Amino acid sequence: MGKLIVWAMVVGLSVIGPSTAGSQDGLRLTGSGATFPFPLYSSWFKSFSAKQKTVSVDYQGKGSGAGIQDLVNRTVDFAASDAAMTDEDMSKVPGGVQLLPMTGGEIVLAYNLPGNPKNLRLPRDVYAGIFLGKVTKWSDARLKAANPGVNLPDQDITVVRRADSSGTTFVFTSHLSAISEEWKKGPGAGTTVAWPKSDKFVASPKNDGVTATIKQTPGAIGYIEYSFAKFAKVEMAALQNKAGQYVAAGGEGGSAALGSVVLPPNLRAWVSDPEAATAYPIATYTWMMFYKENKDPKKAAALRAMVEYCLTDGQKASAAMGYVPLPENVVAAVRKASASIR
Amino acid sequence: MIHLGAVARPASVSKPPTQWDYLADRSFRAAAEGAVWLIVLLLSYLLWSIGAKAWLGMREHGLGFLTSTTWDVGRQQFGILPHIWGTLYSSLLALAIGGFFGVVMAIFLTQDFLPPRMAQVFRLIVELLAAIPSVVYGLWGLFVVIPAMRPVADVLAAHLGFIPFFGTTLSGPGLAPASLVLAIMILPTVAAVSQDALRLVPYKVKEAAYGMGTTRWEAILKVMVPAASTGIFGALVLGFGRALGETMALAMLIGNSNQISLSLFSPANTLAALLALNFPEAGPREVQVLMYAALVLLAITLVVNVAGEAIMSRSARRAGRR
Repeated sequence: MGKLIVWAMVVGLSVIGPSTAGSQDGLRLTGSGATFPFPLYSSWFKSFSAKQKTVSVDYQGKGSGAGIQDLVNRTVDFAASDAAMTDEDMSKVPGGVQLLPMTGGEIVLAYNLPGNPKNLRLPRDVYAGIFLGKVTKWSDARLKAANPGVNLPDQDITVVRRADSSGTTFVFTSHLSAISEEWKKGPGAGTTVAWPKSDKFVASPKNDGVTATIKQTPGAIGYIEYSFAKFAKVEMAALQNKAGQYVAAGGEGGSAALGSVVLPPNLRAWVSDPEAATAYPIATYTWMMFYKENKDPKKAAALRAMVEYCLTDGQKASAAMGYVPLPENVVAAVRKASASIR
Repeated sequence: MIHLGAVARPASVSKPPTQWDYLADRSFRAAAEGAVWLIVLLLSYLLWSIGAKAWLGMREHGLGFLTSTTWDVGRQQFGILPHIWGTLYSSLLALAIGGFFGVVMAIFLTQDFLPPRMAQVFRLIVELLAAIPSVVYGLWGLFVVIPAMRPVADVLAAHLGFIPFFGTTLSGPGLAPASLVLAIMILPTVAAVSQDALRLVPYKVKEAAYGMGTTRWEAILKVMVPAASTGIFGALVLGFGRALGETMALAMLIGNSNQISLSLFSPANTLAALLALNFPEAGPREVQVLMYAALVLLAITLVVNVAGEAIMSRSARRAGRR
């Protein structure tokens, strides 16, 4: 029964299909992993395959965990993950793994309030309190103080969270752990965590499930990827960052957040609480993972060309699709690191 | 008595079975027997393969897995009591609603309340409900049932909040909308099997009841329904089994919150939803406990079905003795 469900989910999730039909003797690159950047990646690979003509790229969005498994089992040419890859997992791949951050994303707090007030300001302690189940009313004094002139109803706050285990939850809970000691000691950070037990906490599957539940529930708040909130047209809060400024998602704040951390040599870094005054507080990189030693040098060259395409033309497309383009210095670092795909 | 006369040619009517007849008969018998054994084999293989994957999880977490209420992957603490509770609670509620309407519908459609053609149309419509995909039910619940239920739930919670069943307001997804949608999903199963059971009672039984001077309702409730009770009970067991295993609609509607509450409006969780939502991203250690949870779900369904069978055969024996 369990296996059946897994299969149903895999089939349901993945949109499989060759990007170009006319490359019979060309190279076929296959990848799998994260669902969050799937819309962006599939558009990248489609235009890359069209441009290259001899190379086609197939990407399956099965989830970050599944992508890592596939890479370890050598069933793909590359994988993608929102949670990068642990040293333990990387050590299972002989020859080594090259992690490359390819794009960034922001996680927003979307809400549903009567009158649809825009860019509600949420102080740090308040939104941590909401997800801890401590702040339970929209008419909370601290919320009112931060939003003068906004008519906040005397309504219960319904928190909507992800029901499935997800990279989105990991990034969001890492941020909460960074800003709230109580969160760190309580639920902590993870792809699924033990949420406070309350009848005002509900969970829905996937980003779209959470988005739909927020839209259907007056007084709801939940965390979703910016691109989903943007296309579903739900209201998003302006969050108070470490410097005390209120920043809305979707502007320069994401790039400022990503640029505020210095990437280590393995290019794996978390932006759990950016310091820059203009930074949006909850942003993350998402990675592609490559074998450092590929059996076929032609394949390695094609993979390098693919990375180069994503770093140049690809970055121009990301902002319009709701992702955060990589800062210039990161592009340079990734380009340099991609040379180790052999 | 009708005499066949010239048509009857005894020699061609009865002749000893040929070698070929024997062979066909034997091979059909063997194939049928093989198919039966294959089912037994399939079930044991299913149990064995899930059990083998769950074994490590079972050894590590033991029976505490069934009574603990925390599901925290980060701290490697796993417990499925809230899921067991939610599975049984939502299924029982769905059975109460869906079972009542399903049986009533079966009585209405089989006991000459409608002209036969009309009854046929209604029957078809009820059976069409079974063809709607689970996801569609889930979306319908999310966009129609929950908004419609919210004002009613709020009034109940405000005025009858002292009754534990109405203890909380409905924040969105929760037990009540999930159970209601689940009831609609099991309705066609219950209605179809109950109709079959009622139709199997010979019509002359009813005529005999009328002959004894019963009213129409006495004939239905005291003669027809008791005569079909074994089949109707089977329908309920089938419906309950279906409710226990339903996944997608519930994952969308129940709220997936690991808590045990009597309140109909609070979010809950079920085993099937837990499995569906956690498998895709599960690490190897989590897969073991999820397999354990799958085994528990399988055990619950088996126990329900076996208990149903036992009750049915007991009531059949008692009916035979009467």
